[in-house]
Amino acid sequence: MLTHLPVLIVLGPLLAAPLVAVMRGGRWPWAIATLVTWFSFLCSMLLLAHVANYGVFSYALGGWEPPWGIEYRVDLANALLLLLITGLASVILPYARLSIRQEVGDDKAPLFYSAQLLQMLGLCGITVTGDAFNVFVFLEISSLATYALIAMGRDRKALTSSFSYLVMGTIGATFYLIGIGFLYVMTGTLNMADLAERLPEIQDSATVRTAFAFIVTGIALKLALFPLHLWLPNAYTYAPSAVTAFMGATATKVAVYVLIRFIFTVFGAPFSFGQEPLAEVLIPLAIIGLLSASSVSVAQPNIKRMLAYSSVAQIGYIVLGIAMGTAMGLTAALLHMFNHGLMKGALFMTLGAVAYRMGGTNLDQMRGLARTMPLTFWAFVFGGLSLIGVPLTVGFVSKWYLIMAAVELGWWPVVAVIVVGSMLAVIYIGRVVEAGWFQEPDNPERKEAPMSLLIPVWILIAANLYFGIDTRLTVDIAEAAAVQLMAGGNAP
Amino acid sequence: MSGLGVWNYVIIVFLMMTGLYTVISCGNLVKKLIGLNVFQTSVFFLYISFGYIEGAAGPILVEGQDLYANPLPHVLILTAIVVGVATTAVGLALAIRIKRAFGSIEEDDLHNMDSSL
Repeated sequence: MLTHLPVLIVLGPLLAAPLVAVMRGGRWPWAIATLVTWFSFLCSMLLLAHVANYGVFSYALGGWEPPWGIEYRVDLANALLLLLITGLASVILPYARLSIRQEVGDDKAPLFYSAQLLQMLGLCGITVTGDAFNVFVFLEISSLATYALIAMGRDRKALTSSFSYLVMGTIGATFYLIGIGFLYVMTGTLNMADLAERLPEIQDSATVRTAFAFIVTGIALKLALFPLHLWLPNAYTYAPSAVTAFMGATATKVAVYVLIRFIFTVFGAPFSFGQEPLAEVLIPLAIIGLLSASSVSVAQPNIKRMLAYSSVAQIGYIVLGIAMGTAMGLTAALLHMFNHGLMKGALFMTLGAVAYRMGGTNLDQMRGLARTMPLTFWAFVFGGLSLIGVPLTVGFVSKWYLIMAAVELGWWPVVAVIVVGSMLAVIYIGRVVEAGWFQEPDNPERKEAPMSLLIPVWILIAANLYFGIDTRLTVDIAEAAAVQLMAGGNAP
Repeated sequence: MSGLGVWNYVIIVFLMMTGLYTVISCGNLVKKLIGLNVFQTSVFFLYISFGYIEGAAGPILVEGQDLYANPLPHVLILTAIVVGVATTAVGLALAIRIKRAFGSIEEDDLHNMDSSL
C-alpha cells in the first residue's frame, strides 16, 4: 500500500463523493466524508515522513513510465502542502456537521459533503501531480466544486458571487491552458521534470516567453494577486462558514504552490528572474495588494469580509517572499503558506461559531462576545494575535523569516511595508476585540457555541501556538524544500 | 504550416478576443457564458492546430505508412471540452437560480439591487 500513497489520497475521496451524494440517511454522508478525509490525512502524514527520510517520491500512474504516462511526484514542498490541505479538511469536517446543518439545511447537506470531497481531492491532486495538464484537470475539478459550494450560502448574494468567481476562474484556468499548449508545442512533453530539462535550450523563443506570461497570469488570477483579486471578498463573505474556512485556508495556497512549481522547477529561477521581469512585476503588485487590502479591511462592518480582505493582504506577503528569488524568501513564502492556512482556518471557523449563535458576522453581533461566548472570543483573540504576528504564534515565525529575507537583500522599504501591514492588522483585529470585550451585548445570556464547533476551532488554535513555539517541523521542511526548489527541476 | 497556414492562428486570436470582449461587455449573464464558451473554443482550435502534421495518418498502424499523428493533443482537447461543458452547466444552473432569487439576469438590474455584481 505504501507505494500507492499519492494516488490513494486522491482516489479515496473520488470514490466516496458520488456515494455520499446519493446517501440520504441522517449522519451517513457526514460520517463517510469525515472518515475518508481522515484516511487521506493519514496517507499524507505517511507520505511526508517518507519524503523527509528518503527524498523525492515518484509514482507512475497506471504503471506507464513518465514522460509518456502521468507522473505523481512528491517532494518536500508538495508534502507540506498536502499535510495542510488534508489536515484542515479533517478538522473542518467534524465542525461542518452542525454548521452546515444550520446554514445549508438537512436536505442539501449530502450534496455539500460530496462537493467538499471533490474540492479537497481536486486541491490534493493539483499538489501531488507532476504533469502540467493534470494540474489543469484537477484545478477545474476543485474550482467547479467550489463554485457549487459557494452558491450554497444563505444570502442570495452568494449566487452572484459564485457566478463572478466562475467567470473569472474559468478565464484564469483557460489562460493557464493556453500557456501549457505553447510549452507542449515547443517541447512535446507535459511532464514537469521533462519540461525542466528541455526548456533551457529554447528559452529565448517568443513562444516560451509568452507561455510563461500566460501561465503566471492565469495562476495569479486563481491566487487572488492584486488586481486579479476581485472575486475573493464576495466569494468568502457569502459562502457558508465551513466552506469559507476550508477554501480560505487552502485554495489560494495551492495556486501559490503551482506558481512556485512553474517559476522554480519548470522554468528555473535564472530564466524567471533573469530573463523575465518577474520580480519587477510581482513585487509592486504584492506591496500594493498588501497595503490596500489591509487598509480596506479596517473599514469593513462585516467581519467575514474584513478577514477576506486580510487574506488578500496575506497573499501579498507570500508573493513578496517568492518574488525575492532567494532561498530565504522562498522559505518565508512556504512557511507563510502553511501558517496562514492554520490562522485563517481557525479565524473563519470562529466566525462560523459566532454566526451559528448570533445569526451573522457583523461588528454589531460581536458586541459583548467576551461575556456571551467566552471560548469563541478567546479563540478569535489568539487567532488574531497570530495574524498580527505576535511572538509565540505561527504568524510571528513566517513574518520573521520574511523580514530576514528582505534584510538579507538590503530591501529596507520592504521591511517597512511588512511592519506597516502588521500595524494595520492590529487595527482591524483590535476593533473586533474592543467590541467583544468592552461593549455591552444585546442579549447578555451566556449562549456559548456547541462543543462540536468549538473543539475543531481550539485544535487549530492549539496548532497555531504549538507550531509557533516548536518550529522544527515547519521550518526544517520549508528550508529543505526551498533549497530543493532553488536547485531547479532536476534535483534528485 | 498546417491547413490554412497562419490563418488558423489569426482565427484563433480573433475568437479569443471576441469571447473575452463578450464576457466583459455584455450585461446578460447568459451572454457572458456564451462569450466564455467562444473563448474556450479558440483554445481548442489552438491545440488542434498544433496537432496537425502534414502527410501523417491517424494513430492506427497501417501498411506502408511511417508518419502518424500524435493523438495526445486531441485527447487534451477532449478533456478541455468536457471541462468546458461542465463549467457551462454550472454557470447556467447559477443563472437560473439568480433569476429565481433576483428576478433578473441583466447585470445592470442586478447592480441596482443588493447583489454583489
